[in-house]
Amino acid sequence: MNYIKPFVNGLIKENPTFVLMLGMCPTLGTTTSALNGMGMGLATMAVLICTNTLISALKKLIPDAVRIPCYIVVIAAFVTILEMFMKAYVPAIYATLGLFIPLIVVNCIVLGRAEAFAAKNNPFASFMDGLGIGLGFTCALTIIGAVREFLGTGCIFGTTVFPERFGILIFVLAPGAFLTLGYLIAIINKIRGVK
Amino acid sequence: MRIFLLIISAILVNNIVLAQFLGICPFLGVSKKIDTALGMSAAVVFVMLIATICTWLIYTYILIPLQVEYLQTISYILVIAFLVQMVDIILKKTSPSLYQALGVFLPLITTNCTILGVAIMVIQKNMNLLDSSIFAIATSLGFGLALVLFAGIREQLALTKIPDGMKGMPIALVTAGLLAMAFMGFSGVC
Repeated sequence: MNYIKPFVNGLIKENPTFVLMLGMCPTLGTTTSALNGMGMGLATMAVLICTNTLISALKKLIPDAVRIPCYIVVIAAFVTILEMFMKAYVPAIYATLGLFIPLIVVNCIVLGRAEAFAAKNNPFASFMDGLGIGLGFTCALTIIGAVREFLGTGCIFGTTVFPERFGILIFVLAPGAFLTLGYLIAIINKIRGVK
Repeated sequence: MRIFLLIISAILVNNIVLAQFLGICPFLGVSKKIDTALGMSAAVVFVMLIATICTWLIYTYILIPLQVEYLQTISYILVIAFLVQMVDIILKKTSPSLYQALGVFLPLITTNCTILGVAIMVIQKNMNLLDSSIFAIATSLGFGLALVLFAGIREQLALTKIPDGMKGMPIALVTAGLLAMAFMGFSGVC
């Protein structure tokens, strides 16, 4: 029961994209289609789960004064592992995400969770927190990707819903990312009843 | 001519914020006032140039000879964190006035993904040291241009009446979208 809470918390109440609004660069840069968004989300989730668990297990060994550099090294190590892994097994997704894979290192979500959650809780709770936040991020990215793909090309996950020539091309291009995210957050604010 | 094209393309056509989505956090975070936007841009130009030169040298003269290119990400992020700290200390001692202007923004720059992004990009594009430095300056100027323009719009936006749900982040993002459309004109997509 106690371990379900961090999971649900990360998925809905503290959704990194729509509520905390962290990690905006990959959110905007990789969501040209639902599949790309999901790939980026899953990659970040893998790193997040590993770093959260390891940092929480090492928290007694890491001196307080140098904790941030230590966290960054742990994160960078896992990102490098992930990079090599993706290059070997899913080269197509690796090629489309490109620069954004090494940039997971400076994604504020990963360091933020290490500092705010993993440094204070036991490894299993941190694992669940990583899973929750990671899934929240993956869902958000998949939704944004699906909206952009649908409006821009008329497909969802590559399945054609309406012919591509009726698509609004701008949603696949750069400005569409800002517009889609802006309006999605506005809709979610409305539902949550902020102010 | 080639260098001129490199500069124009880095500042306008492939603007790092509006076309490549790097550095969105500072773009949305420190763009409420033109003054802070200018300070942040200056700090980014400064750090990006030093960081790109250092990481280029490290990659070419340490990582390649030792055949450990896969350590790129780890070594770069440590070098950048170290550099930012050092610039911070040196500026504080040698030039208090410059430190006054840039000081607040320096710690924020370590997590600014444009710095790491550009350092990796120049390696991916196989640029030489001169091209890399020019690319770093031009890219950071492009970042500054986008940031200052956006800050100017947001200063005006603060005075307008906005629907409740759109307040804050959503309207900022939609504004950025319109700005990105304007910049798209430079690349000439239909």
